[in-house]
Amino acid sequence: MSGTLATPAVLRGSAVGRIGAVMLRHLYILRGSMPRLIELMYWPTVQMVVWGLISESLAPSMNWQAQAAGVLISAVLLWDLLFRAQLGMSISFLEEMWSRNLGHLFVSPLRPWEWVASLMAMSLIRTLLGVVPAALLAILLYRWNIFSLGLPLLAFFVNLIVTGWAIALVVLALILRYGMGAEGLAWAIVFAISPISAIYYPVSVLPSWLQWVALALPPAHVFEGMRGLLHGQGFAMGHFLAAIGLNLFWLGLGSATFIWGFHIARDRGSLLQQGE
Amino acid sequence: MLSDGVIIAERLTKRFHPGGAPAVDGISFAVPRGATVALLGGNGAGKTTTISMLLGLLLPSGGRITVLGHDMARDRWAVLPRMNFSSPYVDLPHRLTVRENLAVYARLYGVRGRRQRIAELAEMLDLTGFLDRPSGKLSAGQKIRVALAKALVNAPELLLLDEPTASLDPDTGDWVRGMLERYRAERGATILLASHNMDEVERLSDHVLMLKAGKIVDQGSPDHLIAKYGRTDLEEVFLDIARSRGALGQAAQ
Repeated sequence: MSGTLATPAVLRGSAVGRIGAVMLRHLYILRGSMPRLIELMYWPTVQMVVWGLISESLAPSMNWQAQAAGVLISAVLLWDLLFRAQLGMSISFLEEMWSRNLGHLFVSPLRPWEWVASLMAMSLIRTLLGVVPAALLAILLYRWNIFSLGLPLLAFFVNLIVTGWAIALVVLALILRYGMGAEGLAWAIVFAISPISAIYYPVSVLPSWLQWVALALPPAHVFEGMRGLLHGQGFAMGHFLAAIGLNLFWLGLGSATFIWGFHIARDRGSLLQQGE
Repeated sequence: MLSDGVIIAERLTKRFHPGGAPAVDGISFAVPRGATVALLGGNGAGKTTTISMLLGLLLPSGGRITVLGHDMARDRWAVLPRMNFSSPYVDLPHRLTVRENLAVYARLYGVRGRRQRIAELAEMLDLTGFLDRPSGKLSAGQKIRVALAKALVNAPELLLLDEPTASLDPDTGDWVRGMLERYRAERGATILLASHNMDEVERLSDHVLMLKAGKIVDQGSPDHLIAKYGRTDLEEVFLDIARSRGALGQAAQ
C-alpha cells in the first residue's frame, strides 16, 4: 500500500451534495433496471385506459355535468399523482431497508431532513416518469389533454404531491417504529382516504358528517376544484387556499410523526438492524 | 485518561427495556489519539451496542460521549465527516456496483477528487477486478474489502470497526489486518474495533476493554492481560472471563 490510501481526503460537504448523493443512489437503480422503469409507467397507464373506456361507455347516458370532457380521466390521472408521490417516497425508503443500508447512511454526515428531501425528490421523479406517459397516451387514445388545464393543473399537482409526501412521512415513521411488518402500509394506506377524497364524485354525495372529514383533507378540495374548472366554473380559489393550508398542517403532522419514528428507531437501535 | 481521548465515554448506559438488564451498564473509557483499542467480549456483552452509541445510531439511556472534542448528543454532525465505520451486519446496496456505491459515499462525505479517490481505494484494496460488478454478487471476502473501501473513502481520523475480518479466510484476514496497521500508521488514525478474533485483537490492539454483561470487567494491553491472568494468549484470558460467574474481573473496573 502506498501513502495514497491514507491521504487525508479534502472534504467539502454540503446539504445539496448529500441530497444529490442519495438521489444518485436511487437513480443508479432506476437506470439499471428496465422492469422498474416499466413498472412505474404500467399502473398509471392501465388505470387511465380503463377509466377512459368507462368514461366513453357511460357518456351517452350521463348528464351534462358528468359529460364534461375528461372528468374521469383527469380524476384518475390526478389521483395517481397523489398515489405515486406517496408510493415513490415510500419505495425509495424501502429500498434502503431492503438493502440494510440505513446504518451506513446515518453514520455519514447525512442529516435526516436531507434524507427526507432526497426521498421527496425521488418521489417527484418517479411520479413524473409514471404519470406523464399516461397523460400523453390519453391525448392519443381519448383526445383528452390534461395539460390544457394550464396553470390550475400546476396548483392541483403541487397540492396532491405534497399530500402524498405527508402520508409517506407517516408510512416511514410507522415502518421505522414497527419494522418491516408495516411494509404493506406503503401500498395500502393511501386507499384509506380515497373514498372521502371526492375523486370521482362530489363531496356532497357523502353523508353530512363525513363531508366534514373529507373537507379536512386537501385532495377533496383539489378534486372539487378540478370538477369546477372542467364544468366551466373557473378556478376555485377558495378550494385552492384550503388545500394549501391543509397541506401545510398535514405535512407538519407527517414531519412530526417521522421525527417521532426516527427517534424511536435510534432509541431501539433499529437503524442498524432493520432489513428483510 | 478520560480527559484526553479521541473517544471519551463517561458512564455510558443503554437499557432497551425499562427495568430490564442494561445492555451497556455505565461504562467509562477513553481512546487516545492514534491508538487501536479493542472491545472484546462474548455474544451479548455489549460491543455492538457500544459502537452503535459511539456512532450516534443508538441513543444512550445515560452517560455522555465525546468524539474528537464534540459532544455526540449535541454536535454529532460536526464530527461525522471525520469518522467512518464498517460492519459485516450493515450492507451496501446490493444492486449498485462497487464503483457506484463508492461514488455515492464519496459524495455523502463531500470528498473532492472522487474518481481519483475511488481509483486509489480500488488499487490499494484490490477491488479493480470487480469495480463494475453489483455489490450483492461479491464473495464474502470481496464484500469485506468493499466495506473497508467505503469506510476509508473519507480517510477518516477515527475508524470504528465491528468484526472487520468476520467470515474471511485466514489469508484474507491477515491481509486486512496488515492493511489496517498500515492505514493507522500512515494516517495517524485512531481505531476502535470489536472482534471475536483473539489473534486479531492481540496483533492490532494497544489496549483491550474486556466486556461482559455490559460492563468493562478488565482492561489493559494484550500482554498485560495475558500476564495478569497467567495465560499464554488472549483467547485463554477471554475464556477465563467468559466462564467466570461474576467474581472475576468485577473489581477490575
